[in-house]
Amino acid sequence: MGARDLIQTFFLGELRQGLSVTLRYLFSPKITIQYPEEKTPISPRFRGLHALRRYPNGEERCIACKLCEAVCPAMAITIESAEREDGSRRTTRYDIDLTKCIFCGFCEEACPVDAIVESHVIEYHGETRGDLHYTKQMLLANGERYEADIAEARALDARYR
Amino acid sequence: MEASVLHFFEWLWGPYWSTLWAWFKPVWPLIWVIMKIVAILVPLLLGVAYMTYAERKILGFMHVRIGPNRVGPLGLLQPIADGLKLFFKEVILPTKADPALYFMAPALAMAPAVAVWAVVPFFDGVVLANLDAGVLFLLAVSSLGVYGVIIAGWASNSKYPFLGSIRSAAQMVSYEVAMGLALVCVLMVSNSLNLTDIVHAQGRGIFADWGVGALSWNWLPLWPVFLVYLISGVAETNRAPFDVVEGESEIVAGHMVEYSGMAFAMFFLAEYANMILVAAMVTVFFLGGWLSPVGFLPDGLPWMLAKMSLMLFLFLWLRATFPRYRYDQIMRLGWKVFVPVCLIWIPVVGVWMMSPFNIWE
Repeated sequence: MGARDLIQTFFLGELRQGLSVTLRYLFSPKITIQYPEEKTPISPRFRGLHALRRYPNGEERCIACKLCEAVCPAMAITIESAEREDGSRRTTRYDIDLTKCIFCGFCEEACPVDAIVESHVIEYHGETRGDLHYTKQMLLANGERYEADIAEARALDARYR
Repeated sequence: MEASVLHFFEWLWGPYWSTLWAWFKPVWPLIWVIMKIVAILVPLLLGVAYMTYAERKILGFMHVRIGPNRVGPLGLLQPIADGLKLFFKEVILPTKADPALYFMAPALAMAPAVAVWAVVPFFDGVVLANLDAGVLFLLAVSSLGVYGVIIAGWASNSKYPFLGSIRSAAQMVSYEVAMGLALVCVLMVSNSLNLTDIVHAQGRGIFADWGVGALSWNWLPLWPVFLVYLISGVAETNRAPFDVVEGESEIVAGHMVEYSGMAFAMFFLAEYANMILVAAMVTVFFLGGWLSPVGFLPDGLPWMLAKMSLMLFLFLWLRATFPRYRYDQIMRLGWKVFVPVCLIWIPVVGVWMMSPFNIWE
C-alpha cells in the first residue's frame, strides 16, 4: 500500500465517488407514475379484458368456428354451438375462465371475423372465483361498452396486420 | 429556567398557588426532573417517528422514486399511521419462546437507548445530568443495548433470531472497542470526561480566534479517529452497510423475526433512537456540539440540531449507497483496521500534545 493509496483510503476516495452518485440521483427528477391519477400510455396491441364484438347492424360476429377454443393454450375457452332459426351457426355458450387465461392473445389472432378481442381494460376484479368466469352475455356486454375503444385500437393496428 | 417555570405556574393558578405550593414543595425536585425528562423524550420520540419518514423519503428520492405521499400532505402523517397500525396489532408469543425474557427484550433494547440521553448536552448548561464522568456513563449504558438484541434472539427460540443475535453480539462488542479507543483521543485533547467541557474545549484554538471555529473542532486534527468513530457508530447501531444483524436477504430480520406489533415497534424505536444518539455523540465529540462554525454567528441549539440532522442524513445516504458488508469483512474492518488506527493515533496525539506545536492549550 503506497502513500497515495493510504491518502485515498483516509479521505474515503472511493466511498465519496459512490456517495456522489446517490447524491446526484437525490436531486434528479422522479420517474414514479402515481397510478390511479396518472397512467402510462397503452399500446394499441395491449391485451386486457376480453370482449365479443357485434357488427354495426347488431349481428354478433362470432360464427362458432371454435378456432379460439382450439388455439387457447390455457384451455380457458369453452364453446357450444347450435343452429339458429335462420339457419346460421351461432354459439349457445361462450365462456372464458379468466383465472385460467394467460392473456396471450392467440384467440384474437385466430378469430377469422374479429369477434373475440382483448380490450385495454385492466381495472376489473372478482371477489369470488366465479366472478372471473365470463359468460357470453358478459363478453358481449363488454364488447358493447368498449366498442369505440376497441375499434380505434384495431384501426391503429390495421397497417401491421 | 426552574424559576421561570415556577413563575408560570404561579400565574396559572393565581390565588390557589400558595396552597398548592405548600403541598407540592416537598416533591417539587422530582416533578422538575420528570418535566425535564418529558421535555427530552417527547421531541426524541417525535424525532424517531419522523426519522422513519425521512428515511423512506430520502431512500426513495435516491432511488428516483417519490416515497410515501398518501397519508396527509406529502405523506407527513405516515409515521402516525404506521405507529397506530403497530399499536393495534397483536403481539404474538411463539409457543417455544421464553415468555419472561421474550417480553423483557424489547424493553431492554429501548431503555438504554433512551437513558443515555440524560448526559447529552444540548446547549451550555441544558443537560439533564451534567455528569463529570459523562463519557463513561455513555459508554456503559449504550453498550447495554446489545443485551436487548441478544435476549430477543435467545428467548425467541428460533433459528434466524438466534443467528442474528450472535452476529450482533460479536459486532457490537468489536466496534465498541474501536469506539472507546477513538474516544480516548478526544478525552486526551479535551482533558475532561464531561461532555459539556468537551464541547467547550473545541471552541478554543487558532482558527477559533480567526473566526472560523469549524476548523478548530476535533474533526480536523483528529481526522482518522473521527472516521473511525463515525463508521463504528454506524456499525454500532447495526445500520447499513453493517446491518448483517437483520440482513433481510440472509436472516429475514434477525432478532426481530418473531416479534410483532408493539414489541416489534420497540426494537424499531430503539434502533432509531440509537441512530439519533450516535448523531448527537459525533456532534458533541467531533463537530463542536452547539458551537457556531463561524465567529460572527451566535452559538446555540439550532447548530446542534443542524449538525445532528447532517449526520442522520449521512446515515441514510450511506444506506442508499453501499451494499452490505460480508460478516468476516466487518470483523476485519473492526479489529484489523480501526483498532490499529486508533492505537497509532493515540501516541501521535500524545507526542503532538507534548511538542511545541500543541494546539490544545
